[in-house]
Amino acid sequence: MVLAALIFIPVVGGLLSWMADRWHPGAAKWLALATVGIEFVLTIWLWLQSASAMALPAHGGWLAETRAEWIPRFGVSFHLAMDGISLILVVLTAFLGIVSVACSWTEIQKRVGFFYFNLLWTVAGAIGVFLALDLFLFFFFWELMLVPMYFLIGIWGHENRQYASIKFFIFAQGSGMFMLVAILALVFVHYRSTGVLTFDYFELLNTTLSPSTEMWIMLGFFIAFAVKTPIVPFHTWLPDAHTEAPTAGSVILAGVLLKTGAYGLLRFIIPLFPEAAAHFAPVAMVLGATGVLYGAFLAFAQTDFKRLVAYTSVSHLGFAVLGIFAWNPWSLGGAVMQMIAHGISTGALFVIAGILQERTHTRDMQRFEGLWSVMPRLAAMGLFFAIAALGLPGMGNFVGEFLVLMGLSTSSGVLASAATVVFVASVVYALALVQKTFHGENKHGWQLHDLSSREMATLYSMAAITLWLGLYPQPVLNAAPNTANSPPAIAVARHEVNVE
Amino acid sequence: MNPMPSALHSDSLHFDLVILSPLILLAAAAVVVMLAAAFYRHPRPVMILTLAGLVLSIAALFLSHGIAGIASPQVTALLVLDHYALFFIGLIVVATFVVAVLCYRYFGGDESRHEALYILLLLAALGGGVLVASSHFTSFLLGLELLSISLFALIAYPRFTEHPLEAGIKYLILAGFSSGLLLFGMALVYAQLGTMQFVKIGTMLAVPDQALELYGLAGLALIVTGVGFKLALVPFHMWTPDVYEGAPAPITAFIATVSKGAMLALLLRYFLMAGAHQSQSITFALSLVAVATILVGNLLALLQDNIKRILAYSSIAQLGYLLVGFLAFDQLAIEAVAYFLTAYFVTMLGAFGVVTILSDGFNGGSAGEFHGSAERDSDRLADYAGLFWHRPWLAGVFTAMLLSLAGIPLTMGFIGKFYIVTAGVEASLWMPVITVVIGSIIALFYYLRIITVMYASGPEATGEAIMLRAASPSFAESVTLAALALLLIWLGIFPTQLIDVLEGTMVDLT
Repeated sequence: MVLAALIFIPVVGGLLSWMADRWHPGAAKWLALATVGIEFVLTIWLWLQSASAMALPAHGGWLAETRAEWIPRFGVSFHLAMDGISLILVVLTAFLGIVSVACSWTEIQKRVGFFYFNLLWTVAGAIGVFLALDLFLFFFFWELMLVPMYFLIGIWGHENRQYASIKFFIFAQGSGMFMLVAILALVFVHYRSTGVLTFDYFELLNTTLSPSTEMWIMLGFFIAFAVKTPIVPFHTWLPDAHTEAPTAGSVILAGVLLKTGAYGLLRFIIPLFPEAAAHFAPVAMVLGATGVLYGAFLAFAQTDFKRLVAYTSVSHLGFAVLGIFAWNPWSLGGAVMQMIAHGISTGALFVIAGILQERTHTRDMQRFEGLWSVMPRLAAMGLFFAIAALGLPGMGNFVGEFLVLMGLSTSSGVLASAATVVFVASVVYALALVQKTFHGENKHGWQLHDLSSREMATLYSMAAITLWLGLYPQPVLNAAPNTANSPPAIAVARHEVNVE
Repeated sequence: MNPMPSALHSDSLHFDLVILSPLILLAAAAVVVMLAAAFYRHPRPVMILTLAGLVLSIAALFLSHGIAGIASPQVTALLVLDHYALFFIGLIVVATFVVAVLCYRYFGGDESRHEALYILLLLAALGGGVLVASSHFTSFLLGLELLSISLFALIAYPRFTEHPLEAGIKYLILAGFSSGLLLFGMALVYAQLGTMQFVKIGTMLAVPDQALELYGLAGLALIVTGVGFKLALVPFHMWTPDVYEGAPAPITAFIATVSKGAMLALLLRYFLMAGAHQSQSITFALSLVAVATILVGNLLALLQDNIKRILAYSSIAQLGYLLVGFLAFDQLAIEAVAYFLTAYFVTMLGAFGVVTILSDGFNGGSAGEFHGSAERDSDRLADYAGLFWHRPWLAGVFTAMLLSLAGIPLTMGFIGKFYIVTAGVEASLWMPVITVVIGSIIALFYYLRIITVMYASGPEATGEAIMLRAASPSFAESVTLAALALLLIWLGIFPTQLIDVLEGTMVDLT
């Protein structure tokens, strides 16, 4: 029941804040904050509850489960379940929910109620994606979270918002349609061999597929996840969507929506199609490594603050893809770590971009210059998160990238060394970001307020989490390998055979 | 003047009349309304009588359904009121009810003399009802002509205005042409097999070695062509955008839903009863038509700037999706078609309902009384700029309808598209299914374009003068639209209730 509550709290909270805005202007943001606050407390409570359970491998890795009939005609049930990986991603979602409400506090001035409605429904959709273990339900949430996100970008976005929002929607929805066909193909293959029409993850897990069917169905899923993650040829929606979205939208996009793609790779592609994934892994890893390098190189060519950060996302998520397809305990732990650390550090960079944009009404780094003297606190935080993004030891991103590279080197030394080159490129873009924005003289004569206490609280807590992830990553890593060992254990075994 | 007693009276005489009661009541309602209008010319009582007739017809559906266990649903060789027919008659009657409600204010309300409109609506609904219940070429043609002839008059009802007249004449010519093709096709099938009853055709063809010869095959092709015109399948779709644009908005809703839905239900019955789906060449041709319909409908919709034309092309594409489910020809296919069609009815009625409410309408129904109302409906994209910010509920309903057409979750359209793709995947119709996917992606462009315009604020919204009707919708219109939107979302989240009904009613055909 707790799992269903995790989804319905933001749904109800969203409706309440929309309505509250009509009766009492200003109430919407407090209601939204209360909603994500409750959500966060609940997820932390779940984590503390299950910390001991996760350490026990005999438990099977599943911490909670809810199942109810939904559409019996198709064998669709409302089936939610949570294991370690779902849990930490839900915690991340709830935390970034708080961050995104906090960073919209003064930025959003018009249609406030509708804004928080969309924000909370996006959060609800993402949590649904992380918890759904029925493929129909998963697809339902997968599509559902697009609509509020589309409105967030399309209504409260920046100059080019309409183009960006439509592009985002079409990429995400279109690729989702391919996944729908693949889901149905899988379900009917299963139906023909067993006579049971079901969309349940566990039942479909051991479907026997012929190699070519398996490859086609896997590609259907892969396209949807590749667009969301994003994996390189499918990434073009991302810079536009991230740049044009309002701050909260960028934070949720980078921190949560991209993770749904990587989560899909981890949860569905490899366990459901182990053989096809093994055959496909070299291609996916090359694409991942390309993304790592390509994103980093494009990042330092940008002049738009948010666009730069958006391209670093392509680069960082490339590591997650590498880690997932290398599929060994180090690389998987690294991939999960990378997902969490990227969510926090990139989210923080978008918050900083939002703060700058709110005060200066520009994101063009050529117009900034010398902000250190005007806003020392903001500049310090900017430096901190830029360094986190480049992967300095002691920060979360380093742990993720290091583990991925360590795992990867056991299966493909060439790709691992190619991906390592990114550490040069990422230093260039991170320092370019800091130098262009904060260093130098204040030639443009900016007179700006430094961080308010609300903004400081947001950024400091994010910085603390980044440090904690970097210095004591064990709690996150505890959660991650369990996914690798529990139901897809067979998959791992088969995969390793194939790699050799 | 209540038509109910006559039906009840005949109850004891013969089961057939009870089974036929939904159609009899529709016919009786048309006569009663005509007589009422002759004696007391005022639209309000006429409208109320019309609605009462429709409600009674719905009630009679349950009567007919209840007796179906005792008596055979086959009434003479012409009509069969099995569960399949009853379901679609219900759909048609409810859609007619919604259209009648939408027409009242649009055609001038109390001030105008538009009583004849309701007689035509009832007759058109009767035609649709006969179509979905027909099991014989004669009743097929009778139903079709009853529907088409009423529609000519309905489309050109504001007869002092240019666009509706033009649309009416276009529809007249094309409908006449397609009826001719149909008749010729029927004659050819009859020439080979010597029967006009669907079931008999089916049993004759079920014999091994017995297939349609050249005559029969040509006949079937002509029938499909004739129906294709009515359904606006590519390449027989040319008339659709012009007629949709020219016809008054509520009548457009009627053409999009009742006329197309009835034809499709009939075609499915014909294919399954008369065994036409066993002809490889016809099913192959139909799958090509489905692919072409989806692609052409969606691509041409991209080029439009007029909401009614966009919806027209969108409805072409939707019929293409329907055809994909249709081509699976099994239990799941019938359910898929029925569910998708229901979703399509709700969505199209809702979308054109919004256009109706935003339009001034034609309030000069009778001769010499033309008040010079708006020359067109509020159907330009620019009319909808920023709609969400000054008419949030209307824009919200319209958004829901568009998202349903696009197949986004929480709406019936999502479940409908899911059903269609399921039926297609189950029957391994890979090419049509992939076309559905590609078509849906293209379709997002123009649905989002409308939505983006509605939610635009600032300079985009105030750039052009907004031509929207200032007055608020009538109470009945608001209730109708709200009901449609709630239904859309309710059955989108909990589709099981409708699926159960469909599962129970759609077994007759297979």
